[in-house]
Amino acid sequence: MRLERRAHRPLFLVLVSPLIAVAAALAIAGILIAMAGAPVLEAYWRIVTGAFGTRLAATETFTRATPLILTGLAAAVAFRARLWNIGAEGQFYVGAITVAALGSSTLAALPGPLLIPTLFSAGALAGMLLMLLPLWLRLRFSVDEVVTSLLLNFVAVLFVSLLVEGVLKDPLAFGWPQSLPVSEHALLPKLIMRSRLHIGLAVAVAAAIIVHLLQSRTVFGLRTRAAGLSPAGAAFAGVPLGLTLVKVACLSGGLAGLAGAIEVMGVKGYVTTDLSPGYGYSGIIVAMLANLHPVGVIAAAVFTAAMFVGADGMSRALGIPTYIADVVVSLSLLTMLVALFFTQYRIRR
Amino acid sequence: MTTVLELSGISKRFGDIVANENISIALRKGEILALLGENGAGKTTLMSILFGHYTADSGTVRVDDVELPSGKPRAAIRAGVGMVHQHFSLAPNLTVLNNVMTGTEKLWSFKSDTAAARTKLLSISQRFGLSVNPDARLGDLSVGEQQRVEILRALYNDARILILDEPTAVLTNIEAERLFSTLKEMAKQGLSLIFISHKLDEVMAAADRIVVLRGGKVAAERRVGETSKAELAELMVGHRVTRPIRDAATPGAVALEATGVTVRRGGVDRLKDISFRLCEGEILGIIGVSGNGQAVLSHLVSGLAEPSIGNIRLFGEPLANLGVRALIESGIGRIPEDRNNEGAIGEMAIWENTVLERIWTPAFSKYGLVNRKAGIAFAQRIIGEFDVRGGRPTSRTRLLSGGNMQKLILGRNLHDRPRILIAAQPTRGLDEGAVAAIHARILEARSQGTAVLLISEDLDEVIGLADRIQAIVKGRLSPPVAAETADPRMLGLMMAGEWLQSEEAGHAS
Repeated sequence: MRLERRAHRPLFLVLVSPLIAVAAALAIAGILIAMAGAPVLEAYWRIVTGAFGTRLAATETFTRATPLILTGLAAAVAFRARLWNIGAEGQFYVGAITVAALGSSTLAALPGPLLIPTLFSAGALAGMLLMLLPLWLRLRFSVDEVVTSLLLNFVAVLFVSLLVEGVLKDPLAFGWPQSLPVSEHALLPKLIMRSRLHIGLAVAVAAAIIVHLLQSRTVFGLRTRAAGLSPAGAAFAGVPLGLTLVKVACLSGGLAGLAGAIEVMGVKGYVTTDLSPGYGYSGIIVAMLANLHPVGVIAAAVFTAAMFVGADGMSRALGIPTYIADVVVSLSLLTMLVALFFTQYRIRR
Repeated sequence: MTTVLELSGISKRFGDIVANENISIALRKGEILALLGENGAGKTTLMSILFGHYTADSGTVRVDDVELPSGKPRAAIRAGVGMVHQHFSLAPNLTVLNNVMTGTEKLWSFKSDTAAARTKLLSISQRFGLSVNPDARLGDLSVGEQQRVEILRALYNDARILILDEPTAVLTNIEAERLFSTLKEMAKQGLSLIFISHKLDEVMAAADRIVVLRGGKVAAERRVGETSKAELAELMVGHRVTRPIRDAATPGAVALEATGVTVRRGGVDRLKDISFRLCEGEILGIIGVSGNGQAVLSHLVSGLAEPSIGNIRLFGEPLANLGVRALIESGIGRIPEDRNNEGAIGEMAIWENTVLERIWTPAFSKYGLVNRKAGIAFAQRIIGEFDVRGGRPTSRTRLLSGGNMQKLILGRNLHDRPRILIAAQPTRGLDEGAVAAIHARILEARSQGTAVLLISEDLDEVIGLADRIQAIVKGRLSPPVAAETADPRMLGLMMAGEWLQSEEAGHAS
């Protein structure tokens, strides 16, 4: 038995591989559920109904999916160019805190239609700047951006913590470490009344489509792909490698920063240090599940969000810890890596 | 003489591609058998089956009348079959002795018997005249010496049948000659050898018997005395191949001129004080043994390296910014030395590789949007015009064979009649048919007034194409000589750096 590289990668396999990966992850996690003494199928059914069974559940799932779409895109665009941005979590937080700072300042006197795009841009810009630092280190000193972007997450979160306990602390929050709330004009309109679902979802979906068009139709997309697949080949063809990476870093960091901005303006209105339950890190899994395809990111984000939201309901009903959602999502990353491998290789006897 | 190895009825398919079809070959004791064929004729597949890297769909391999189990390299080694790969499977950080011993001792033995191994290695190296220093670090050795270590490792494993996969591909002429005299010595001492090649000269010079493979089948079998190079070429390609004949050059204006250029990288002068002058309508050949600065020279004129000292003039204008785009805009076509890494990106579509280096032209993009249709149409034209086989514009470039990939690269450069063509090792590793096609195209470009800078390690190619020739040795360029006056002996001396010594003597006086 041996592995052989496939000459063609069948489109069918590429489309089906995430589904197989998810099914495999659910099967493996099912063993854990069974060991915890709960009926496996019922547990999964509870997750499905918990995520989509009621209007409230469904809107909650999509609210959760919104930042995941954006952080997933951030990882997907970077990974395609072989820029390993592991810092979406930090970029999310600097985007969020920038919005909180500006949205609670005198700038907030602007009318909503002007204020909201301004804050979006500011959040994205903050994320960009945070990603440019590791990129600069890589281009100038060949420092691995996996390490630097990852470690900057902790720097960013601690910096946010400094601000929400200090200059940006809300004096009316009974001593809780949370930032000043953004002005009412800065809050995003709801997509569905009496729910938490806001127009950020539409923004995220639009971003996915724009990124897809950018990658498939533009010179930038072509050059980015070339640079990612073969730096030597791209350089020979005159692709400016450094500049291309700078653009990719801006796009990636910007999307993660925008995720933070939208989360503040759409859901909470202020920043705490637990604003993100790991949206930045989950974005990496979302991107991998989507095979780095921007439109696929939407589906992968909804799946991941549904696991987290649905697990709450399942946990209440069956007494299984909600951590099972983390297990399933993490396992699906591993099974997806295996599935991706088999889209490129086949087993021969 | 007894038959030591017998392949009978070997067939192997990869998907729709038939790599080997019903091939039968017998090897006798003390014989050198050459396996001749174009790239893709099935030579390497056949040898991989023999050595157990692949499993044949049908057919058997017998060593000394005992059938080898298929798919087990270890069984082949134990039966006395040794393989010398084209890309060495040695560890550069280990010594020669350690490399040779690797895999010969039990994994769980605590003690390594270096002394016995050293004695055995030295006695083998003496017996076959393969001198090596057992304690040298492999990475410090030249390519020719590394190959010697590969051979020694096979002999160390008591190989009686030795298979060499394109052994001369990486060697200089002198090293190749030395290799063949070693092979003959080994045959005289009773070893049996198979070597794979697509070079007619060396097959005629070194083998006793030649098996020609074409399209996965045995096309013919000849004894060396009974055949000629012309016949072998015909058998191999299937139709008669002629190298293109040159008309006299009609050089025009100076297209590209370098004066006193030095390129320094990592504190080392990769090119030192080189000067050359390239005119329209002529081919300037740069010959040299590999690793003497050819790569940097081709990078320099392809826009990927900048001179540290000296200047380059393009059509009489000093060139300040040597960027890739500026060069392409001023009409320079470039064929890179490394077509797999630089010339094309395997995972991208053929049309994408065709247009990537001129994607910024209005024909292929507007307002930053790629004109996919125009790109595909352009690729289709080049595929047709330059006879690129094996792919549609939208299929992945990786699927093309080396020759077809090179035709694609040549096509995208020649399509718009470049004023200058930089051709670095344009036919390296290609079969005779593809070589002839590419040479014809280069000569055609020259007759249309293109200035061609041909950087090549293949002497025949340079003699066959160039009008003037300069040699590159240790990053320096010899003065040019006219191609008509050059004979192989003179070029050999130039490549050996004869002029350098006289130049240095001149400086000293």
